Amino acid sequence: MHDLLYFCQQLINGLTIGSAYALIAIGYTMVYGIIGMINFAHGEIYMIGAYTALIAITGLAALGIAWLPIVLLVALICAVIVSSSMGWAVERVAYRPVRGRHRLIPLISAIGMSIFLQNYVHLAQGSRNIGFPALIEGGLRLGGDERFQLSISWIQITIFITTFICMSALSLFISRSRLGRACRAVSQDLGMANLLGIDTNRIISATFVIGAALAAVAGLLLGMYYGSVDPLFGFVAGLKAFTAAVLGGIGSIPGAMLGGLILGIAEAMTSGYLSGEYKDVISFSLLILILLFRPTGLLGKPEVEKI
Amino acid sequence: MLVLEDVYTHYGKIEALHGVSVEVRAGEIVALIGANGAGKTTLLMTVCGNPQASSGRILLEGRDITRRPTAEIMRSGISIVPEGRRVFPGLTVEENLYMGGFFNERADNERGIGRVYELFPRLKERGHQRAGTMSGGEQQMLAIGRALMSKPRLMILDEPSLGLAPLVIRQIFEIIAQLRDDGITVFLVEQNAHQALHLADRGYVLETGRVRLQDTGLNLLANPDVQNAYLGG
Ligand SMILES: Nc1ncnc2c1ncn2[C@@H]1O[C@H](COP(=O)(O)OP(=O)(O)OP(=O)(O)O)[C@@H](O)[C@H]1O
Ligand SMILES: [Mg+2]
Repeated sequence: MHDLLYFCQQLINGLTIGSAYALIAIGYTMVYGIIGMINFAHGEIYMIGAYTALIAITGLAALGIAWLPIVLLVALICAVIVSSSMGWAVERVAYRPVRGRHRLIPLISAIGMSIFLQNYVHLAQGSRNIGFPALIEGGLRLGGDERFQLSISWIQITIFITTFICMSALSLFISRSRLGRACRAVSQDLGMANLLGIDTNRIISATFVIGAALAAVAGLLLGMYYGSVDPLFGFVAGLKAFTAAVLGGIGSIPGAMLGGLILGIAEAMTSGYLSGEYKDVISFSLLILILLFRPTGLLGKPEVEKI
Repeated sequence: MLVLEDVYTHYGKIEALHGVSVEVRAGEIVALIGANGAGKTTLLMTVCGNPQASSGRILLEGRDITRRPTAEIMRSGISIVPEGRRVFPGLTVEENLYMGGFFNERADNERGIGRVYELFPRLKERGHQRAGTMSGGEQQMLAIGRALMSKPRLMILDEPSLGLAPLVIRQIFEIIAQLRDDGITVFLVEQNAHQALHLADRGYVLETGRVRLQDTGLNLLANPDVQNAYLGG
């Protein structure tokens, strides 16, 4: 009985963190799908989303505004706006000028952008980690007895629901809308889309903006979940989300969702049954294994090397 | 309709077109023939601005489009059925058609799709099939249908008959004749010189990046040099 409860608890923890990974992974996978490039600054965009949300929350508190829905909404909107603009600017500054060059050049430019953003936040916000108010506290306790109870916190539930809404909206957008159709067309044959009169640069900008907006949502959610942020906040999460994207099949949106969940669960199980120290080992071992045995990922289509 | 004046095109340092002048008049079908590597695709793509001409002028309905970006050129009444068809393989037939009419009003798209299905009933049966899973002939029909969606005044086709069965080729040529009847000007590149010159009002022969001959389709067919080089003697 306790074993089963314990397992369920790990599963819930895994799904929580996994859905946040999936949100971040979308940004990697969409950008890769469209221009065949890994956006190494994406983790930083997520981190900046978390900082922006924190600044907004602090600002509202200073103004004496404490009504939770308003605080969350304002924090979310600020984070999304700042991160999206950042995603847009990163593409314009660091990627567009070097697109189509030797593939190492955009890679280096991307890494440079990532280092720049990280250090900028270092300078602007200091390198110590800053407490992030929990805002959503408490939770549900289910089953079990006084020795072990299954607990689901409200923040976990918030993370599930928010992720579910974002993913559904994204899926609808990609599969049904005119712009979503254009995104898919551009990712399949950019030159042809151009020959149909489509301004492909705008479509590329749009994918950076969408990815950044989802990362900002994840930034707010995980900021509250972990309870603190620091300038390296995006580094590990970015690597994890990248792993999730590769695991699911980079370029594939359902793949990113699946990869995120699998990775989250694998990590939670490792922490729960082995030790928390092994969880990073597990995720990067998964990355290496998938690259060795199925480089196209679980849901990716076999295709010629793009990057 | 379309005028190229002394156009040069380079790929890096390689010069692929060495001063080409071509004219396509409104309402005509103009065929461009030439051996592999003569620069036919390069010429068509230069009209579309990808690659751009390094010198010379290209006029579309009197407007200079030489230095315009591809997307802008392709929104000004011209559309292309490119070499190798290039349908979007992961999109359905219908989605491919919508992409062709990306800048249309919704009602225009409904009408346009109806018209394409009339021309190619085969496509209608396959409206929800992914384009990548269709046969070569069906993909070619889709590529033509997609190019029609933007209601072009000039349609450029790059080897639409390549790799197709004779029956399908005949169907494609019939459609091209019908395009002209509908008032669409056609600029056609073909390896299939015999059928192309039969259909065309006028033709050009391109050899290693230069226009070697130009005449009416029938005169080119009768020309001994053309017969030797492109019509199998
Ligand atoms: N992207 C490119 N980069 C460099 N050279 C190119 C490129 N595309 C074409 N060329 C060169 O330009 C010349 C003309 O090529 P093009 O494709 O226009 O010929 P074509 O007449 O269309 O031939 P085909 O009948 O085989 O389609 C060739 O020598 C080719 O090697
Ligand atoms: Mg060609």
